[in-house]
Amino acid sequence: MRTSFVFSEVVTGLRRNVTMTIAMILTTAISLGLLGGGLLVVRMVDKMQANYAGKLEVSVLLTNDVSANDKDCTQQPCAGLRSQLEQTSGVETVVFQNRDEGFERFKRIFEAQPELLKLARPEAIPATFRVKLEDPERTDVIKQAFEGKPGVKGVDDQGKFLERFFDGLNGLRDVALILALVQAFAALLLISNTIQVSAFTRRVEVGIMRLVGATRWYTQLPFLIEAVVAGIIGSVTAVAGLVLFKAFFLDRITRNLTESGIIPPIGYLDILIVSPWLFLVAIVISATTGYVTLRLYVRL
Amino acid sequence: MIRLEHVSKVYKTSTRPALDDVSVEMEKGEFVFLIGPSGSGKSTFLRLLLREEVPTRGRVYVSNFDVAKMSRRRVPRLRQSIGCVFQDFRLLPTKTVAENVAFALEVIGKPRNTIVKVVPEVLQLVGLDGKEDRFPTELSGGEQQRVAIARAFVNRPLVLIADEPTGNLDPDTSQDIMLLLERINRTGTTVIMATHDHGIVDSMRRRVVELSYGKVVRDDARGVYGVGR
Repeated sequence: MRTSFVFSEVVTGLRRNVTMTIAMILTTAISLGLLGGGLLVVRMVDKMQANYAGKLEVSVLLTNDVSANDKDCTQQPCAGLRSQLEQTSGVETVVFQNRDEGFERFKRIFEAQPELLKLARPEAIPATFRVKLEDPERTDVIKQAFEGKPGVKGVDDQGKFLERFFDGLNGLRDVALILALVQAFAALLLISNTIQVSAFTRRVEVGIMRLVGATRWYTQLPFLIEAVVAGIIGSVTAVAGLVLFKAFFLDRITRNLTESGIIPPIGYLDILIVSPWLFLVAIVISATTGYVTLRLYVRL
Repeated sequence: MIRLEHVSKVYKTSTRPALDDVSVEMEKGEFVFLIGPSGSGKSTFLRLLLREEVPTRGRVYVSNFDVAKMSRRRVPRLRQSIGCVFQDFRLLPTKTVAENVAFALEVIGKPRNTIVKVVPEVLQLVGLDGKEDRFPTELSGGEQQRVAIARAFVNRPLVLIADEPTGNLDPDTSQDIMLLLERINRTGTTVIMATHDHGIVDSMRRRVVELSYGKVVRDDARGVYGVGR
């Protein structure tokens, strides 16, 4: 196999259909960029879930009456609620936090916002049982059992908020992946079309090659490599796009959230981890499309 | 060398067979004219030898190849032992004379040092030395056909198939091309030439196989184009 020959054919082919080639590369790049974005969201959600797993609690908030009068949870109904909580299956720990402790905690959390602290009064903070579950998903059990009981003001589920947030992120991921799929389909058609055009413009060459006894590899490889090269350039463009998107857009809009530790930052490492998949997808899709096109539409 | 046994070819789009129970044998080193009107089956005959087509019935042998039965993977080997020349030359306009000839070797994976050696040799054989770097558009029709012959012959095929090689050329130039084909034939290469050119067939006095409606109607060892017509 004379590689120099095959590659000079590839370069000629790509140059000859330069507009088609550019369209093919851009479509591939956008598709892969969206796919990469989707994969990054997946990684972010995974990281967040790992971060929050084990930290999620259900808060059983007690009524004002209890909060004000039972600082140590020794009287009823507080003591009774505590023992009931402790006996509920699936409950790992129950920590009682009275109004003063709650207010201290509140002050710690909102240290940075003195205006808010100035407005806050301890009376606004209810005494709370902070309940940690063995399975953080099963918060409904607590909610159903304790909501509305005497002394209980309400059951606050941190997981619910987070779930809504994850739903949002997953929705974003799904949109990105669906768009990636649509674009991938367009890229696929373009690759197929480009190869057909390419084969047509080179039909004389290919005809001569067949006639003088070139093997199928020799006749078809330039077309396949052409598609794969375009795919690889597309995926490089996509990765570059992701890096630029992170540097100039994502970092700016998520700075507050990442600095306060609410969402994990997306690093260049994440892009680095995602990019081999993009290359792989590009190569597999372009090579497969190329091969199928050559088999079905181009008689070589 | 070449043997067709009861070969018939029926195309899907036609009810009449393009070739109808044809049996012919051609020896190594023979020069054979294949004549007959358009649609008589000449092209089909040649395409079967190259395995561009597979016969509907019968067997085709070229050298050691059982052409009709061979696997697709071996087809390139068969074609490497057959050179082809056409009426329309089929040169690559973007390549020079030498590059056009070298192309035939490049695409079958011959090493560069072989190519550098044999291309000038064959260009000299066809009388194109000194025009290696010209482009096809800068050549006359006869010269272009010489390039095509050089390309067909550069790999030293056992058989040279020429499909109306003089169809686009004036009589004088045609004569030159025939001399060249004769010279190639003298190297031991079997030459099969499909043609309509009476003058050439009559002057060469070589074997003539005439096809009509897909049948061999005449096979003269030293024939002319049209006896008794």
